[in-house]
Amino acid sequence: MDDLLRRYGPTLTGAFMLLTAFWLLMLVILPNITLFEASFRPYLPVVDVGGPKDFYSFNNYGKFFANSTDTDIFGMNIPLPIHVKIFFGTIYYSTLVTVITFVVAYPLAFYLAKVVSPKSLPTLFLLLFVPLWVSEVLRSFAWWIILALKGPLNAILLGTGILDQPVRWIMGYRAIIIGLVYTYVLFMVFPIYNAIQSLDTNQIEAAQDLGSPWWRTHLRVILPHAKPGIASGSVMVFMLSAGSLLVPALLGSPTSLWFTQTIQQWMLESQDWNTGAAYSFLFLILCTCFVSLVMWVFKVQLTDIAK
Amino acid sequence: MSAGIDLDNVCCDFGSFRAVDHVNVSIKPGEFFSFLGPSGCGKTTILRMISGFTDPSSGVIRIGDKDMKGQRPNQRPTALIFQNLALFPLMPIWENISFGLEVRGVGKTERRAKAEELLRLVDLPGAADKMVSQLSGGQKQRVAIARALAVEPSVMLLDEPLSALDLKLRQHMRAELRAIQKRTGVTFIYITHDQGEALAMSDRVGVMSQGKLQQVADPRDIYNNPSNGFVASFVGENNIFAGTVGAVADGMARFDTAHGTFRARVNTTSGKDLKLYVRPEHTIISSFPGAENSLPATVTDVAFEGNFISVHAVSDSGATLMAELRNDGSSAIPVTGEKLHMSFAAERASILPDGLTRGE
Repeated sequence: MDDLLRRYGPTLTGAFMLLTAFWLLMLVILPNITLFEASFRPYLPVVDVGGPKDFYSFNNYGKFFANSTDTDIFGMNIPLPIHVKIFFGTIYYSTLVTVITFVVAYPLAFYLAKVVSPKSLPTLFLLLFVPLWVSEVLRSFAWWIILALKGPLNAILLGTGILDQPVRWIMGYRAIIIGLVYTYVLFMVFPIYNAIQSLDTNQIEAAQDLGSPWWRTHLRVILPHAKPGIASGSVMVFMLSAGSLLVPALLGSPTSLWFTQTIQQWMLESQDWNTGAAYSFLFLILCTCFVSLVMWVFKVQLTDIAK
Repeated sequence: MSAGIDLDNVCCDFGSFRAVDHVNVSIKPGEFFSFLGPSGCGKTTILRMISGFTDPSSGVIRIGDKDMKGQRPNQRPTALIFQNLALFPLMPIWENISFGLEVRGVGKTERRAKAEELLRLVDLPGAADKMVSQLSGGQKQRVAIARALAVEPSVMLLDEPLSALDLKLRQHMRAELRAIQKRTGVTFIYITHDQGEALAMSDRVGVMSQGKLQQVADPRDIYNNPSNGFVASFVGENNIFAGTVGAVADGMARFDTAHGTFRARVNTTSGKDLKLYVRPEHTIISSFPGAENSLPATVTDVAFEGNFISVHAVSDSGATLMAELRNDGSSAIPVTGEKLHMSFAAERASILPDGLTRGE
């Protein structure tokens, strides 16, 4: 604070503080408080708002556990509320997306950080970034075309003889997984790249010198060092995937249901913002719990991720 | 267990730059051998070629009579101690030390026992469960040595491992390293730019400059009988005179310079840029002119170094000279501005050609 004052003077410092306060209060805290407050109130016609029927309750949250249907889980028929089922589906497939993204991103990040010559690094980064200049909607549509039954992917796979029957890619959650992995892979690549880059190359050479084969060097030296990067990349990819609406909406099939689509249905199709708000908070809280649990299991500290 | 190493006409090029230029040396099993040279002389490249991280452009490297061509670093019987040690910060000390054994599939209890044993060898018992960050510089050094010894290498390669330590610790670790080498009998190849380290620890020293091995000899010969001007001036101080060689008889030659005619030892009259080299501690200060090789001079500076006194002077003919006096009270210490005579014995002075240069 003193440092800021000395460097920029009172006027500029005041402006910084005010802008930050505005951003935090008006754009982050206030909308969330409004939504939070709304989530406890019933959805009422305008005339009843503020009337005797307008009181706080957990009724909106209760809807999450309504409408049980029998669901087959590992051969057992368990009655499960439909929205809870969608929630678990979303968590499950987002986890799957995170794992696939890691498998794709780690070799790439290692290659960029330790193998490639520093001279060609800017070119490679540019190639990775160029697709981001195109809107996410267009890129998802592009995947929709690629994955279509008579699309280019099937054509190539049939043409090269890898497949003899075209695969219906846009079925179940397949296309959503592909789309999400594609959309968020860079959020995994860069934290891991940063982590591996900060590893002293001598450590890798020392492991080799002691006789370590490549896979053990990765397992014992490089992966542990990159753990904070992997953790922050995973949290980012998981949360973005779980919270994505666009990709499930465009690349989903009739049998795929993403939790964000449920929230969207409450908010836009039913016009019930109160229940939508309740679902949003529930989703946020449950996802945070899940991420915390996974972090605890893998012994990752919050400070590791913030690095 | 220890093995000898032969470098046979080894060259290493980085693009058009020749980092190592036709190096031939044969290192005996169990020898403590140092490569000494300024930074950029190619000594680290030699080490990386022996350990397998860099491939020679031409020439053969043999360890224990076995050609190392195509052998990857994890297949060679060498253990490298890195300049920054490169300990694994996320593993406790004992896992660091036993990592090489873990790689070889040794069981946990055996690894632990071996780590404890090596920690005793490097005089660091009880540190097994500590983390790297809890150790001091000297202790990390010992752990790095233990980690390298754990894989029972035939050859230990050390890349200026003492350069990060302070002076006292460095001197202590010198003796320690030497003792460990004697105890284990492993061939040590030591890279350094510190002449004191190289001379004090080694059985033999190879002095390098410009990718060329200038001289290989035991430390006394390196210092007392340098083969060329580079070795003479890199290892220790000298008073240097340029001139031409006159008549040679019995290994002694007349040497004509702008500062007078001297007499000195000579091995070869061929080679370019012959100069006369004489050590400051062999330069005698007197108030009377010497019988030969004597110059009248004026003292310009007297530096008190503790165990010796360094006297800087300029001769009447304009040559800058340096002499060292032992601080034993046996001689009077001159003062700045004093007129005196500086001389040296012909047997203590050498006429040497310039060092070998790259591509020669």
